Amino acid sequence: MPNQQSMSNEPSIGQPISRLEGYHKVTGTAKYAGEYNAPDLLYGYIVNSSITKGKIKSIDTTEAKKMSGVVEVFTHENRPSTAWFDFQYADMDAPPGTVFKPLKDNDIQYNGQPIALVIAETFEMARYAATKMQIVYEEEEFETDLNASLDLVRKPKKGLASLLKPPPPKPTGDFEKVYQDSFVRVDNHFSHGTEHHNPLEMYASTVIYEGNGKLKIYDKTQGTINSQLYVANVFGLKMKNVQVISPFVGGAFGSGLRPQHQLFMAVMASLALKRHVRVTLDRAQMYLIGHRPPTLQHLKFGADQRGKLNAIYHKAIGETSQFEDYVEIVVNWSNMLYPAENVRLEHEIVPLDVYSPLDMRAPGGSTGMHAIEVTMDEIAYKLQIDPLELRLINYSEIDKSSDKTYSSKELRSCYLQGAEKFGWDKRNPAPRSMRRGHKLVGYGMATGIWDANRIFGRAQAIMTPDGKVEIKSAVTDIGTGTLTIMTQIAADTLGMSIEDITFSYADSKMPFAPIQGGSFTTATIGPAVQNACHALNKKLFKLAKNIKGSVLSSSKLQDVIFKDGFISLKNNLDQKISILEIFQEHGGEAIKTTNSAMPNPLTYGKKAKAVHSAVFVEVEVDEELGTIEVKRAVTAVAAGKIINPKTAESQILGGMIWGISKALHEETILDHQFGRYMNANLAEYHIPVHADIQDLEVLFVDEEDHFVNDLGVKGVGEIGGVGIPPAITNAIFHATGRRIYELPIHFDKLL
Amino acid sequence: MNNFSFTKALDMDTAISLTSGNDHNKLIAGGTNIIDLLKYFITEADTLVDINSIPGISKIAENETGGIRIGALVTNADTAYHAIIEEKYPLLSKAILAGASAQIRNMATNGGNLLQRTRCYYFYDIHTPCNKREPGSGCSAIQGYNRIHAILGHSESCIAVFPSDMCVALSVLDAVVHISGPEEERNVAFSDFHRLPGDTPESDNNLKRGELITAIDLPEKGFSKYYSYLKLRDRASYSFALVSVATGLDLENGLIKEARIALGGVSPKPWRVKEAEDFLKGKEPKIANFEATAQMILKGAKGFEHNRFKIELAKKAIVRNCMMALDPTSQRAGAKPSL
Repeated sequence: MPNQQSMSNEPSIGQPISRLEGYHKVTGTAKYAGEYNAPDLLYGYIVNSSITKGKIKSIDTTEAKKMSGVVEVFTHENRPSTAWFDFQYADMDAPPGTVFKPLKDNDIQYNGQPIALVIAETFEMARYAATKMQIVYEEEEFETDLNASLDLVRKPKKGLASLLKPPPPKPTGDFEKVYQDSFVRVDNHFSHGTEHHNPLEMYASTVIYEGNGKLKIYDKTQGTINSQLYVANVFGLKMKNVQVISPFVGGAFGSGLRPQHQLFMAVMASLALKRHVRVTLDRAQMYLIGHRPPTLQHLKFGADQRGKLNAIYHKAIGETSQFEDYVEIVVNWSNMLYPAENVRLEHEIVPLDVYSPLDMRAPGGSTGMHAIEVTMDEIAYKLQIDPLELRLINYSEIDKSSDKTYSSKELRSCYLQGAEKFGWDKRNPAPRSMRRGHKLVGYGMATGIWDANRIFGRAQAIMTPDGKVEIKSAVTDIGTGTLTIMTQIAADTLGMSIEDITFSYADSKMPFAPIQGGSFTTATIGPAVQNACHALNKKLFKLAKNIKGSVLSSSKLQDVIFKDGFISLKNNLDQKISILEIFQEHGGEAIKTTNSAMPNPLTYGKKAKAVHSAVFVEVEVDEELGTIEVKRAVTAVAAGKIINPKTAESQILGGMIWGISKALHEETILDHQFGRYMNANLAEYHIPVHADIQDLEVLFVDEEDHFVNDLGVKGVGEIGGVGIPPAITNAIFHATGRRIYELPIHFDKLL
Repeated sequence: MNNFSFTKALDMDTAISLTSGNDHNKLIAGGTNIIDLLKYFITEADTLVDINSIPGISKIAENETGGIRIGALVTNADTAYHAIIEEKYPLLSKAILAGASAQIRNMATNGGNLLQRTRCYYFYDIHTPCNKREPGSGCSAIQGYNRIHAILGHSESCIAVFPSDMCVALSVLDAVVHISGPEEERNVAFSDFHRLPGDTPESDNNLKRGELITAIDLPEKGFSKYYSYLKLRDRASYSFALVSVATGLDLENGLIKEARIALGGVSPKPWRVKEAEDFLKGKEPKIANFEATAQMILKGAKGFEHNRFKIELAKKAIVRNCMMALDPTSQRAGAKPSL
């Protein structure tokens, strides 16, 4: 593999190393789940309900089955039996409720619900035969409109998912009274519509039927073990007989945190037909697997004369399905950032006849922080305080919502360095005061915050007699750079070059890794890799000591360093033993070790842990026509140690572009006449194109954090997108004097 | 899509006889829309007739009346970047380059551009009623999400818009469409080519069964001195116009000798209003006069729940674009508003 990187034994952590798999990706040799082949592979195409609610009265597959190349059609009437209990369908990211079970019965709960699977010798045959199904429905009244259903609002049920997504903290102080007495009060309603993940790669599962109840599955997922668990539980297979592999993932953004229904369908067909089967979704079907829920927010912030927040009320109402109580953390952020004493936070849901929402990049954070930071901007204007100054006035070293100090928080540096880089001091604060020709110019800023989480993960390190090391973990790389980063961590821990490390991953047979989401992968798997490498070093050292006449025989582990294929005494580098020699003595057998890593349960909860950002944006708004251009944006990020500045910058840039998209472009239109998404394709679901993206800059401020984990990393997956929508909204206000509370902001709202 | 046979027509007569004999035989040139229509089951084809090999209709050359003849099979990209078009008809070049994406323009042909179907969401979703797709089934857009829909020329049966950018410029240029068919060869003025929906929205244009476009003629007058194309949309590229405007002006002694203004993205065909253009004759090229013209062009406009803004937007866009036409260098890539 041609890889033009300089490879030295200098520490690789902190180096902008290009993705190790980049060559495969740009040359098309990277294979995705829907690209693995097998002899006589069968292809499945899913048939979707065209009604929103009701029953299937009859489903006639006769014509479809007669078509040449069609092997079988599965419906609720002839599907093989699968697990009965709800819990057997539950995955690592399942919200409280009843997981949707494909083909369970004739009940239709949402438009586009999968109701049949056509299996044929080619994908095209299956897709065509799917149109020949004769389906008669009995339609019932349905409701898909959040605004029209606020009478159904209720508190969400709690469940396992509440561990990572805790409900809002209990009220503190006396919000109502203090708010009423506040020097300045702001009372705002916000809303945004449905958004879909739209990864480039379609969901696909290729199931290789190996006989004797054994399956090898290539699945597009953010968790190989999550998919493995689901398949084993639902189809009554032994865990060891289900292998799930997902080496390349063409974007997922949260949509792969749950096993998607093509996996169920492909496994069901494979087991029933005893054949290799692939099921791939098409683009329209990609809008039926979960979404960011449309959400309404109500905020009331009160502040004193100096701008200090003293009262916070934040309520969110999100959409969910009739069968699961999906929640995300929308309202908890304000008091994590701003230390008001009188706080009331509420999150409720409205069940509608739609599919369950699903975590989508910075779930809840990008929703809640939009409303919070736009409200902060309004307070700044009411008090005629610079918006950046207002953030500094309310700056807190503790998370007031939990009364814990932050493990680290360099947000102040983000504000100051970001402002400096952007040229915030050149801003005239008066709305409509800056212009160029026909364009009103606006500068806006906002804060970003996201959790710095860490959970349990495992990794294995194997050194072979040639001195090379393979690291294994079931973790996926959803395009974030995990492969490269884990290789760097292993190389530095072992004192080796990254060329001599192979990171094998995305296979459920490998040591345990949780789903890849929540910005916690590097912080979770990184330490496991580090532990495995430390353990490997320890084993090598022990063997080295035991060599007859070893120069290290009287030394301790802390006296030596591992570097360039040798174990040497720190204080006398000439005293060394080569790794190859150790292997000769050891009989040439590979040395293996598997290790876990998790936060210390006794201390981990004692501090608040978060990543932060400060975002500065310049927009131009055409004075007559309202058209909006984001001319430039600067994001300053504090996310602990940055393992790889190149892949980390890409994460932030991607988030910023998504933030521009959320602010100005993307929305899935649900037509409430039909309960159907009307723009379920990439031509009409607008995400930015190159021409929309102008000058973007990322800077990482120095942040040392020895509490979160030994590597000091916090994760950069979500933070990039969080602050952009409010910064753009605020910049548009500065440019035009118009405050828009709905996202996306279509330019006609500025006419 | 359904299973269909595929054949290459090597001459015009074959193409005409194949499509006039069977309404389910469809032509394919660039394929940038017909493939969508087949995949979405809007159209089913018995035979797909590839016309790319038909000789004589894939070049751009001067015609007998001092204008230009553009072959139906010339791609949008080759047209936009053709030296004569860039020099004498830069409005057409700008309008084409405001449409679709580079990849699509490289494939799409000029004939196909005129024949592309609406992008109405409901037209493309066979599970919703649509009079254009299935006459008599109803119009879902009137009560639905109609942000991208018409404010002019619509009817109770259809409020879809014709999505082309190129055609907005062709309308201003008074192009003539050359048509071959089973009975005759005929020429149709551009303004008579597309049609309003009335109660038969299934027909987008006046092309008869078996007929195909062979060329588009541009008269000599190209408005190469004072022209502009402006396109307002929800993202900077690869999206259809919410409102677009093509303007060509002819000035004499500082007064307007002739003005032509067409709107795109607001109606079932490029929208021109003769009285509004005549109003400008002999007048000064200034904002107040363009505002008065804009009022006249938008006369009778009717919006729906999600697209009422287009009425005001179109007026402002007309004014801006007329001002831009006075200084064509103020045009920007992507037909964005002037700085």
